[in-house]
Amino acid sequence: MVDTDPDALLPHLFRNEYSRIVATLVKRFGLDQIEIAEDLAAETFLTATQTWGVGGIPVNPTAWLYQVAKNKAINYLKREARLKAKITTDLTSPSSDLSEPSIDLSEKNIHDSVLQMIFVVCHPSISAEAQISLALRVLCGFGIDEIAAAFLVNKETVHKRLFRAKEKLREAGIQMEIPGETHIESRLDNVMTILYLLFNEGYYSVSQNRTIRKDLCLEAIRLGSLLIENKNTNLPAVNALMSLMCFHISRFEARIDKNGELILYEDQDTALWNPDWIHKGGYFLHQASRGQKISKYHLEAGIAYWHTQKTDDNEKWEAILQLYNQLLQLEYSPIAALNRTYALSMVKGPEQRLQAIEEAKKLNLVDNQFYFILLGELYSGIDPVSSKNNYLQAMSLCRTAADKLAIRKKLDKLVYGKPG
Amino acid sequence: MEEFILLFRLDLLTKEAQPSPEQLQVYMKQYHDWVGGIAAQNKFIGGKGLSTEGKVLKPNQVITDGPFAEIKESIAGYIMIRAKDFEEAVNLAKDCPILNGEGNSVEVRRITGGS
Repeated sequence: MVDTDPDALLPHLFRNEYSRIVATLVKRFGLDQIEIAEDLAAETFLTATQTWGVGGIPVNPTAWLYQVAKNKAINYLKREARLKAKITTDLTSPSSDLSEPSIDLSEKNIHDSVLQMIFVVCHPSISAEAQISLALRVLCGFGIDEIAAAFLVNKETVHKRLFRAKEKLREAGIQMEIPGETHIESRLDNVMTILYLLFNEGYYSVSQNRTIRKDLCLEAIRLGSLLIENKNTNLPAVNALMSLMCFHISRFEARIDKNGELILYEDQDTALWNPDWIHKGGYFLHQASRGQKISKYHLEAGIAYWHTQKTDDNEKWEAILQLYNQLLQLEYSPIAALNRTYALSMVKGPEQRLQAIEEAKKLNLVDNQFYFILLGELYSGIDPVSSKNNYLQAMSLCRTAADKLAIRKKLDKLVYGKPG
Repeated sequence: MEEFILLFRLDLLTKEAQPSPEQLQVYMKQYHDWVGGIAAQNKFIGGKGLSTEGKVLKPNQVITDGPFAEIKESIAGYIMIRAKDFEEAVNLAKDCPILNGEGNSVEVRRITGGS
């Protein structure tokens, strides 16, 4: 399907092809010339905009882009070679390599290059924050302004982050390669962490820009699919991560209202849950069950699976509780601790509410707004005063207006609403 | 914060004392609810269950089939936890569902020489 309006087609193509062109050129030039590769890719798109605006869109725009990128890259390499030859001509024989340089644009090389680039960008030598920014730029083809919008920082900050990250990559002498068997699991762990952070950045973003938020989630899933497509990286944990992301994104439309405000799980219109994503999540969860090792992604995918079930019975909450019990033994996080306690309260039911409150208090996360929201929730219906006090405490810890509003709604319900 | 080890002792050998698969499932759930509660407080370090077979080695190359056979109860598993003092460690151990069984015990020991 070719869109006839170049203005509509280009951003889409840019996203898709930018990362592939950059990765392939970096593979050819070396990682120390990543900026050159980015510049050449950007120039390619500029040429496309100008040419297509006048002459119309070619039959095969992707092939056209690759051809132009290839020409630009070859010209660059020739220029470099000539320059080098000039400089060294007095010292060595003039026969330095002036033959026609080549660029391998086979589907296989492009695919391999992108996969290698994923490992480069998700290298533990740079901070997680920088890895995500770099991933968005180099792997997802996001513009600087889009990255800035996603993180609510200014463009200058994004520039600095990217610059420092690339510098670090150079300093660390990282190679464009898929890690060998001995390292692949630990390196893949890091890749998965970054993909999940990228996804969460979109899913729980501070940004109000709904389109960018969803794009972040979709990009994380797209990069995950690239790992699945390669047999060296198609491991159970990667499938579990994919499953988890698919299950989560199935609720994307249901969890944000027209004004960009968050709709809590229990208030969501389940008709808006996307069955296709749920189906995909099920597929990946099945794939993830090969092998013996249970990763945290397996457990989180299991939890996410139960959240796609529209029933609200004891079986569901009991299963979720058990998964959280295991997850916390594997890796503690405050949010998992809070969610586990919520699941516990659902299992215990209203009769044993006080017991659940006791368990909640033991978490003692006194600088976490969600801790007080949980307590406010648990107290509502049995002790409105304590409930209100906890909500107010939560509100004092909120940093965004959206969070405050969500608590305000709970408070309103508490005072004016029906009991329970 | 200090580190403690909790040693679970129960009768693993007497046939009549062994739970049915259904009972075992209930016990495991109770156990995980309890450990999950400790982990939710970020006080769980690690732990494992132990299989029932074992060997006991003694001086002069004496090797017997274990687990340790002089008493009926043998070590069935352990977890390591973080607690600010002995009192807190004992408090966390108190709710261990293993203690619902007659003759079972949980031994709390402080780990020394750690960080």
